[in-house]
Amino acid sequence: MKFILKVLKDFPWFLWSGWGAVASIFLFIALWDVGYQLYGELVLPSPKETFGAVVGFFDDEDLTRDMILTLTRAVIGFAAALVIGSVLGLMAGFFATASIMSRPIVTILVGMPPIAWVVLAMIWFGMGDTSVIFTVVIASFPIVFVGAMQGTRTIEGELKEMVDSFGLSLWQKFTNLYFPHIFSYIFPAWVSGLGMSWKIVVMAELLSSSDGIGAALAVARSQLDTTVALALVVVMIGSLLFLEYIVLEPIKKEVEAWRD
Amino acid sequence: MERLEVKNLNHSFGFFRVLEDINFTLEKGKVISIVGPSGGGKTTLLHLCAGLLDLTEGEIVNTFKSSSFAFQEPRLLPWKSVLENISLGLIAKGISQKEADMRATNIALEFGLELKDLEKFPKDLSGGMKQRVSFARALVVEPGLLFLDEPFSALDIGLKKELQNHLIDYIAHHNLTILFITHDIMEAIRLSNEILLLKSDPGEIVKHIKIPTPQIERSDKEVFDMMIELLKDKDILNTFELEIK
Repeated sequence: MKFILKVLKDFPWFLWSGWGAVASIFLFIALWDVGYQLYGELVLPSPKETFGAVVGFFDDEDLTRDMILTLTRAVIGFAAALVIGSVLGLMAGFFATASIMSRPIVTILVGMPPIAWVVLAMIWFGMGDTSVIFTVVIASFPIVFVGAMQGTRTIEGELKEMVDSFGLSLWQKFTNLYFPHIFSYIFPAWVSGLGMSWKIVVMAELLSSSDGIGAALAVARSQLDTTVALALVVVMIGSLLFLEYIVLEPIKKEVEAWRD
Repeated sequence: MERLEVKNLNHSFGFFRVLEDINFTLEKGKVISIVGPSGGGKTTLLHLCAGLLDLTEGEIVNTFKSSSFAFQEPRLLPWKSVLENISLGLIAKGISQKEADMRATNIALEFGLELKDLEKFPKDLSGGMKQRVSFARALVVEPGLLFLDEPFSALDIGLKKELQNHLIDYIAHHNLTILFITHDIMEAIRLSNEILLLKSDPGEIVKHIKIPTPQIERSDKEVFDMMIELLKDKDILNTFELEIK
């Protein structure tokens, strides 16, 4: 509770510290506009028009539904990857045999191109929600898994010994030693997993679904509607930026205040 | 009376004999130093006495109600503030947060930390400050018996002396019992009532040296004189493989 209050209290300061980030985004948009002026609308629509299209999406019922659908799929897939990856990663970390055995499997999962998963998912589950969510889960899971496993395996023996010498109960050991340490590894893994989910969901939808932002992107491509395509990308990136920088970053700052 | 008694203790790692036939008794209010060269099994002996290692041969009787440990390195939890680190042992004993904070603050000030340091994380502390925190954490639980594993070895001589003086005060006022291991003979002379000389390969106690004056009355001159005397001792020269020119 105290922790949440501290996050909220520091939030205005955090926003204020974001001017550098805002400036770099504006610089990027300026370069984008240069591209538009050089190559014209078909290749690169102007930022103004693109953002106008984004605003327009919210008046279009179909597209609003698509956006909500995609975000829901990404969130469900990410949440599943988070739970499964964390639980299995912790278990693998606590048992040496499990961690040795899981290493090659993780390498296979990380090395497998997500596009191959989409194809397999389409064969296994057909077109639709299941295929998309499956692909998101299978692509983000290894990232979370590795974070959780690393966190568990890297707890220092010296600190364990110290905690033992003070006779902490199992629960106290968990809250004072295991949880903070593992969390410092698992949390960044969650953030990367989230980014992965966001990317994969659109790709999976583009190939294996008839609705959602990915499908809308496929339609925009077939109609050579660059403005809508870019606007859809802006929606995905905007929502990811919001989640990562406005929601997760302040928490991360607070959680990792003890780090150098 | 509370005491720690070690009888006929042997210990091996695999086929390697680390400790052989160790016998000593540590009584309430006394400080025993185990002095010997690095790698001579001192830490192993301390860990056995503190129950951090399992005993295989011999007997250890520990009738002290409570004990705590200060390590060579500070071993602070990096995600906890100074205050939270100090109160760790109190929380483990089920003492309320409020009282734990109060007692931790008092002892922190006693050990030369300042109020503004208490909210800091260990990363913002110097090596000496961290070791102060480590001492405060070990002593705040008011242990009957304190195990010290060369906690001064990484400090400069000024800091070393200061922390030792804090400890000597503490011994005098709280009737603290300490089992102390070190490779620094001078430190042992300053702090202890009895010095056990532990030779290595295998670790065996080859000499008992008693120092009758209470620590708090010991002058620097006394300590230096004794040091000079001990440096002429055959057993000490052999144990540390010293050559005197």
